[in-house]
Amino acid sequence: MSDVADRVKKIVVEHLGVEEDKVVENASFIDDLGADSLDTVELVMAFEEEFGIEIPDDAAETIQSFGDAVKFITEAA
Amino acid sequence: MFDLSGKCALITGASGGIGGEIARTLHAAGATVGLSGTRVEPLQALADELGERAHVLPCNLSDAEAVTALPKQAADAMGSVDILVNNAGITRDNLFMRMSEEEWLSVLDVNLTSTMRLCKGAIRGMMKARWGRIINISSVVGSTGNPGQANYAASKAGMVGMSKSLAYEVASRGITVNCVAPGFITTAMTDKLTDDQKSGILTNVPAGRMGEAAEIGAAVLYLASTEAGYMTGATLHVNGGMAMY
Repeated sequence: MSDVADRVKKIVVEHLGVEEDKVVENASFIDDLGADSLDTVELVMAFEEEFGIEIPDDAAETIQSFGDAVKFITEAA
Repeated sequence: MFDLSGKCALITGASGGIGGEIARTLHAAGATVGLSGTRVEPLQALADELGERAHVLPCNLSDAEAVTALPKQAADAMGSVDILVNNAGITRDNLFMRMSEEEWLSVLDVNLTSTMRLCKGAIRGMMKARWGRIINISSVVGSTGNPGQANYAASKAGMVGMSKSLAYEVASRGITVNCVAPGFITTAMTDKLTDDQKSGILTNVPAGRMGEAAEIGAAVLYLASTEAGYMTGATLHVNGGMAMY
């Protein structure tokens, strides 16, 4: 697993309080990991800080799953 | 009661009568204050008067970029923004049928849109801290309407609807969003009224007098306090009884 994926997973596990093995490629933050809509906003904020990038609002809306996040950040970083 | 030690408050329109008094009240309760406004001189004078824990943060609220940058500037200067008081406001009074688009838009922009921008910028840190207080200064005319002030009344009523919606969204993060709606308060603005105008206004005020800026400051202090943590989406009407809700 890439370094980006590890760091994203750590943030998701800490923020949502889920088991690490639940955070798989297709895991949806809201449907599978129990996030509410505000959690997804906070996750994006945490990603921005961790990776020193800016995620615009329209892009943030497309980040729905763990895989989405890793893909977006890998491309943006 | 109401100890704000260790909290940092950003207050817009702090060069005005009500804003200045809000800043004094929060500062007296122990808060560090960020004084924002367009005119630097009165802000600096207030900061000098308050002494420690006071920062001057000039900002023109009709400049979108400057407004967006303000919460970050305030957090850099003070360490955080735990309390945001959106107090700045302008009037461009005119009869509705004569009101230009420019008069409408400038009032909506400064009073309502800048409030939205500042809330957006400040909430980030509040969400992380799991604590925040947003207090938007509305007006009695936002509820009652007032001839000649369709733009101003719309902006102040808009603040109430926005605050309630935002209050829903962020309540689970320990952030409250409330409004204070002042009635007729003694300030430089109301000093310009003639005695006849004043007595005309006061016939509609059961308390029989104008309010003092400190009485708005006290309402803001309550809403900013930890003790007010269960009050959100509310509007405190401080108007001597001229309109009761």
